[in-house]
Amino acid sequence: MPAWLFWIFALLMLVFGAAVVANRNPVASALSLVVSFLALSALFVSLNAYFIGVIQVLVYAGAVMVLFLFIIMLLDLRAEEVRSLNWTAVGGGSAVALLFFLQVAYVIAHLKMGRQTIAHLPKIPTDDVHNIGMLLFTKFTLPFQLIGVLVLVATIGVVVLSRRESR
Amino acid sequence: MVTLADYLFVSLLLFTIGFAGVMLRRNILIILMSLELMLNAANLSLVAFSRFRISEDALPNYNAQVFVFFIITVAAAEVAVGLAIIVALYRLRRTTHVEDLTRLKF
Repeated sequence: MPAWLFWIFALLMLVFGAAVVANRNPVASALSLVVSFLALSALFVSLNAYFIGVIQVLVYAGAVMVLFLFIIMLLDLRAEEVRSLNWTAVGGGSAVALLFFLQVAYVIAHLKMGRQTIAHLPKIPTDDVHNIGMLLFTKFTLPFQLIGVLVLVATIGVVVLSRRESR
Repeated sequence: MVTLADYLFVSLLLFTIGFAGVMLRRNILIILMSLELMLNAANLSLVAFSRFRISEDALPNYNAQVFVFFIITVAAAEVAVGLAIIVALYRLRRTTHVEDLTRLKF
């Protein structure tokens, strides 16, 4: 993928990611999140991770965001009214975020491996679903089973949580 | 050419946006969305490392991509449970504003 496409998709992802945080209306936030996820899946494709890119669109932009929009519709949320801000909390939160950013940016700038450019692959790995599947069912069998149990527990938890108390 | 540091820096920016969202926003739904942004930033850096560390047979390192697969699964479960909790809370208190949810405050 050419470098300018990387920068376009990265910019798209970051702008709409910022829009998620900046929007007052939850519906606008959720839709910005969809665009951000789609741009992120384009970045995954630029890294030759086709399976992860597809999963990103299916699971995040599809299932998770529909769930979010559904809940927003169900709760009938409107744009929140402007409240007086707690300035100590805002200042403290921004300071912590900025400190975190500076710290990790320093580490990335001094990473020796970071200057490496993207290596040319002799053969484009289009069979990465096969490769990931083989790893899942050989090396990572136990974590895979545990994830299955986790999803089952989450399903039961959601059913229990959303049941109305009978009295 | 795009370097590994570029990918990591973009991922860091996305993570910081999500982090700032969790710290600054008071709507519990937006906080959950910001959490998703942070998880996705971590996924991006994992996939970048997978692509930049080529194995002997000239393939990306798929261990990282399996890990991303697990993260996406856990994130989906987390969203389902989190939204169920938000719905239960809204039914009880009629609000999604975290400053109105102070029952557990000491």
